[in-house]
Amino acid sequence: MSTTAVPTPVTARPAPRREGPRRRRAAGTLLTTLTWILALGFFFPVAWLAMTAFKQEAEAQSDPPTFFFTPTLDQFRAVMDGAGVYVLNSVIATGVSTVLVLALGIPAAYALSIRPVEKVSDVLFFFISTKMLPVVAVIVPIYVIAGRIHALDNIWTLVVLYTAMNLPLAVWMMRSFFQEIPAEVLEAAAMDGAGLMKTLRSVLIPMVAPGIAATALICVIFAWNEFFFALNLTAAQAATVPIFIVSTMTSEGLFLARLCAAALLASLPVILAGWIAQKQLVRGLSMGAIK
Amino acid sequence: MTTVTAQAGNIRRAQAQRAARGEKHELPRAERWRRRAPLLPALIFTIVVTQIPFLVTIWYSLHSWNLLNPGSEQFVGLSNFADIARDSVFRQAAWNSVVITLGCVIVAMALGIVLALLLDRPFRGRGLARTLLITPFLLMPVATSVLWSMAMLNPTFGLFNWTIGLVGIDPVDWTSTYPVVSILFALVWQWTPFMMLLVLAGLQAQPKDVLEAAQMDGAGWWRTFASITLPQLRRYIELGLLLGIIYVVNTFDQIYLMTAGGPGTESANLPFYIYQRAFLGFDVGQAAAMGVVVVIATIIVASAALRLIFRSFDVKD
Repeated sequence: MSTTAVPTPVTARPAPRREGPRRRRAAGTLLTTLTWILALGFFFPVAWLAMTAFKQEAEAQSDPPTFFFTPTLDQFRAVMDGAGVYVLNSVIATGVSTVLVLALGIPAAYALSIRPVEKVSDVLFFFISTKMLPVVAVIVPIYVIAGRIHALDNIWTLVVLYTAMNLPLAVWMMRSFFQEIPAEVLEAAAMDGAGLMKTLRSVLIPMVAPGIAATALICVIFAWNEFFFALNLTAAQAATVPIFIVSTMTSEGLFLARLCAAALLASLPVILAGWIAQKQLVRGLSMGAIK
Repeated sequence: MTTVTAQAGNIRRAQAQRAARGEKHELPRAERWRRRAPLLPALIFTIVVTQIPFLVTIWYSLHSWNLLNPGSEQFVGLSNFADIARDSVFRQAAWNSVVITLGCVIVAMALGIVLALLLDRPFRGRGLARTLLITPFLLMPVATSVLWSMAMLNPTFGLFNWTIGLVGIDPVDWTSTYPVVSILFALVWQWTPFMMLLVLAGLQAQPKDVLEAAQMDGAGWWRTFASITLPQLRRYIELGLLLGIIYVVNTFDQIYLMTAGGPGTESANLPFYIYQRAFLGFDVGQAAAMGVVVVIATIIVASAALRLIFRSFDVKD
């Protein structure tokens, strides 16, 4: 879904009839101007982050702030020098956990919608309640257990945790997509004698492909940005991109421009994905409740 | 965009059809297990990874155990909980959790509603404006924290102090003087787009014929908004507040990076304080007991919230 494909808006708000068309147009211009001021205002800190990433350190930390400067790629070069292993870890943790979430979540959602088990709402309740369980409440035993089985500073520990973190969202979301499949389609598949795997593969999965994309997007965003587990359970070997940003910050004094370059690069994949898939984003953030 | 209610209609229709086919009742044992099979891997995985650590947390909470002191582990009953009851820092962190969560969610929702209403009008470049507005939410929270604490709120070269300096206000050391407010700046900025997106979806799901009818009847903007739009939006607003609370109550990154809970423990919320006790103090027993208290509090709040969720999603067996 491109960013311009916003659904057709509700027609202009009904203005009281006594207002003349000129006055209405003036009000419209005013509101549009206000919208742009707010939009640019909200975006400005991101733009400032990006600008700072192209500065030299002296310009980044000048007082008053530097608005005009010769852009340099020095900071990006410095950042990319040491980022390789962190990026690789983030790609593994995000990619593998997302694939696992889909592999576990899609069949589970099927069992909660198309051919439902008993007590569907209890199961859904259980899944969502694990999202409400504060992460801090389980970090201590996870740390101790991981230490005992020599799984600290191991990227696969993060893979397992990120899978558990995103699975409830995926179950809820995929269920909402399965619910939309008309019963007739399923009946037709059953009539043709298609088994479960065949029905899933050739009928259901193609129909819910946009849902899978939306679910994957949300899982990728949350896993890519995750900081708490990564901070507490990894060190030199398995550290991910958010940890890299922090390590840029604490090494030898403040390098603001370099820090901004790292923050910008780290955020870029999610920003681009979110821009491209705005509609899926809304559905994913509401766990499928809003289409 | 379809509405939540339309989805509910679909669910009911499908359920009625299934009920009519008699699928719901008297399923043979083998069929019951065949239906459960696709669910079990996800269910078992979730139980193992999320529930077992929690049971261990309860076990630890009854022990005194410092990681720096091997062999110090011993059963102490409920004394960790008695310590928490006397711990004024814990109370402060709990209060900060409430202030930060509600402050962020309410302010972000108010701003989100305003922005959604503005975006729900046709104007040139609307897609671009929406894209700009959602970007704060897409930035990595660690990056957001760095951006706000260093580039915006830094006392010497931060943009914020320079801006207020233009109108003659003296520079402020934001993250030390107003730590909770500074954190709220970053959080509200990050969560407003989330609320805006949800409310905007609600606005665009309004039945157009009803709005047109209202216009025909000569209802003004405010009348239409108050008697048609707002009731329609209620569900979306509730959903946004609820999901916002679930996420924001666990806020850690911004506090860790912007104020480190300081000065002192002034801006620590519960996640940060428990982290400090566990990973800086290595006090497993105390940290676990605090975790248990937080979970109990969460269950109380969540059972109310879940009822709301189920209404929003219209889940039925």
